[in-house]
Amino acid sequence: MLTFTIRRLILSIPTLLFISLVIFLLLQLAPGDPMAQVPLTVPPEVKEKMREALGLGQPIHIQYLKWIIQFFWIEPQVLVDHWFGTSFAEGKQRVISWQTRSPVMDIVVQRIPQTLWVVGLSYVVGILIALPIGIYSAYRQYSVFDQTGTFITMIGFSIPPFFTGPLLIVLFSVQLGWLPSIYDTTHVVTDWESFKVQFMQMVMPVMVLALQTTAQLSRYMRSSMLDNLGQDYVRTARAKGLKEGVVVMVHVLRNSMIPVITVIALGVPAIFGGAIITENVFKVNGIGQLLLTALFANDIPMVMTLTFIFAILIVLFNLIADVLYGVLDPRIRYD
Amino acid sequence: MTDHPIPAGSDLEIDTLAALQDKEPPKEPRSQWKDVWDQFKHHKGALFGGGFLIFITLAVLLGPYIWTLDPQKLDIRNKDMRPIYTALWDSTAKVGWGNPLGTDNLGRDMLANLIAGGRASMAVGWAAMVLALVIGTLVGVVSGYFKKADFWLMRFTDLVLSLPILPLLLVAVTLFREPLRANFGPEGGMFILIVSVIGLTSWMQTARIVRGDILALKEREFILAARSIGTTSGAIIRRHLLPNVVSPIMVSATLGLATAIITESALSFLGVGFPSDFPTWGKLLADSVQRMEQYPERVILPGILISLTVLGVNYLGDGLRDALDPRIRGR
Repeated sequence: MLTFTIRRLILSIPTLLFISLVIFLLLQLAPGDPMAQVPLTVPPEVKEKMREALGLGQPIHIQYLKWIIQFFWIEPQVLVDHWFGTSFAEGKQRVISWQTRSPVMDIVVQRIPQTLWVVGLSYVVGILIALPIGIYSAYRQYSVFDQTGTFITMIGFSIPPFFTGPLLIVLFSVQLGWLPSIYDTTHVVTDWESFKVQFMQMVMPVMVLALQTTAQLSRYMRSSMLDNLGQDYVRTARAKGLKEGVVVMVHVLRNSMIPVITVIALGVPAIFGGAIITENVFKVNGIGQLLLTALFANDIPMVMTLTFIFAILIVLFNLIADVLYGVLDPRIRYD
Repeated sequence: MTDHPIPAGSDLEIDTLAALQDKEPPKEPRSQWKDVWDQFKHHKGALFGGGFLIFITLAVLLGPYIWTLDPQKLDIRNKDMRPIYTALWDSTAKVGWGNPLGTDNLGRDMLANLIAGGRASMAVGWAAMVLALVIGTLVGVVSGYFKKADFWLMRFTDLVLSLPILPLLLVAVTLFREPLRANFGPEGGMFILIVSVIGLTSWMQTARIVRGDILALKEREFILAARSIGTTSGAIIRRHLLPNVVSPIMVSATLGLATAIITESALSFLGVGFPSDFPTWGKLLADSVQRMEQYPERVILPGILISLTVLGVNYLGDGLRDALDPRIRGR
C-alpha cells in the first residue's frame, strides 16, 4: 500500500506539470494585452519597459520555467517563513497579481476561508442528508419513499444552481424576508446574536450547494446498498439471529460505504468548481469570485494560480480516493 | 401450434415432430429494437422525458413560424408587461394578449425570446454533444482496438480528466472571445467557441466506456471469424464493433446533452456566454436576476425550461440505460 501511494505521488508530478503547461499555454495564446489599459500618451519605449517589469519580455519557455520556480519553490518558502519566522524567501520574486501589484498567494489566502466555510459545510450537510436517504430507499426498494426520493434526487440533479439560487432568494429574502440575500464576509462571530446572523446568511448558499451533493451521493448510496443487500453474508447474518438494525446498519452499511467514500473524495474538487456559480449568486467573495474578477480584469498570474490550485485539488483528491479504496477494501490489492 | 391438421392415428413420435412441420414461424420475428422499445415503454419517467424532449425540440424549431413576433423588436410603449396569468390574482397588472408571457424592460416579447433562446440552447447542446461523442468514440475505439495506441491515449484521457473544467472553460471563453468574434461575427464566433470548448472538455467518459466495451468485444469469436476471412481493421470496426457499442454511446449522449445545456447556461449566467442581444435560456435568466423582485417570472420561466429539459433528458437516459441492457430487459 505504501509503495502504491508513493508511486501515485510520483506519478502525479508529471500530471501536474502537464496541467500547468496546458494552462500556461492557453493563457499565452490568449490575445489579451495587460498593457491595454495604459494611456496612449505613454511613449512606446516606456511601455516596453513596463512590459519587461511584468516579466513579459522573455521567451515563453523562460516565462514558464520562472513561473514554475516561483510557484513550487518560492511560494512554499514564503509559507515556511510565515510559520517558523525564518527568512528563506527574503528578497525573492513572488507571483505578483497585475491588478493589485501584491503577491497572488496573499490574496488567495485571504479569500480561501470564505470558500472553505461555505463549500465545506455544504458538503458535510449534503453527505449527512444523502446517506440516510440512500440507505432507507435501498432498504425499502420501490416503496413510496424510494420513488419520491429518486424523483427528488433526479430533480436535484437537473436544476442548475444558478436557478435554485435566485429562486431561493426570491422566496426567502424577497417574499418572506427571513434570510439575507447577500453573504457578508466581514461579519465576525463574537456572541450568540452574531452567530445567528452568520447562520442565517449561510443557510441559502449551503443548501444550494448541498442539493447537488445530496442528489448525486444518495443515488450512489442506494445502488451500493442494493448490491450488498442481496449478498449471502446478509442472509447468514440474519440466520444467526442478529437484529435487523445490526444487519443493515453494521454489516451492510460498512461494506456499502467503500465505494461511496471514494465517490465522496472524488466529488470534493467538483464542488469547488460548482462553488464558482454559487459564490457569484450569493456574492460570497471566495476564490471562485476572485477567479471571475481576475478573468475579466485580464490578470493572468492570478488566473493561472487559481486554475492551478483547482487542478492540484483534483489530482490530490483522485489520489486520496484511490488510496482510500485500497485501504478500506482488503480485496483490492494494487501491485 | 400448427395450422396443419394432424393426420389421424398419429402416435406420440409424430406429435413431437409437429413443430418441425411449420411452414413459417408462428410468431412475427422480433427485432432487437422492438425489444428495446417494449422495455422502454415500461419506464414512465423515460417516456415522459423523451416526449418532453421531442415537444420542446419541435416547439423551438416550429415556434418562430407560429409565433411570428421578432424577439429583438423593441416596443418601448409595452415594456415590462406581466404574463397573462398574473391577471388572475392582480387585476391592476399590465397584461395583454399581444404578449402572453409579458415583455422585458425594453419591450421585447418574452415568448418569442424564450423560443429563440431555446433554439440557441438546444443548438449548442446538440452540437457540443455530437462533437464530444465523435471525439470520445474515436478515442475509445482507437485505444480499445489498437494496442499500441492504448497506453498513451488512455494516459492522455486521464490527464484531461484531471483538468479543472469550469475554470478552464471560463478562461478559454473570455480569452478567445475577441478573435473569433472578429472572424465569424459576434453570434457565429461565440457559437463555435462555446460548442468547441464544451465538446473538447466532455468526451472523456464516453471514450472510457467505449474503450472498455471494445476491449471485451474484440476477443469474441465473431471478430475472430471476421478477421479469418480477411476483413480489414477498418471494416471490422465499422461493420462489427461500432454497431455493438451503440447502446453505451446513446446513454452517454443523453448525459452529454444534459451537461452541455447546463454548462452553456452557466457560462451565460456568469457573463461569458453569448452577446446580450442573442438570447439563450441562461442569458435570459442571468439578465433578469437584477429585477427578479418585481418580475420573478423572467427568472422562473427560462429556469423552468432549462430544468425541465435537463430533467427530461436525464430520465430519457435512465430509461435508455435500462432498455438497452439485455440483462435487465424482459424483467
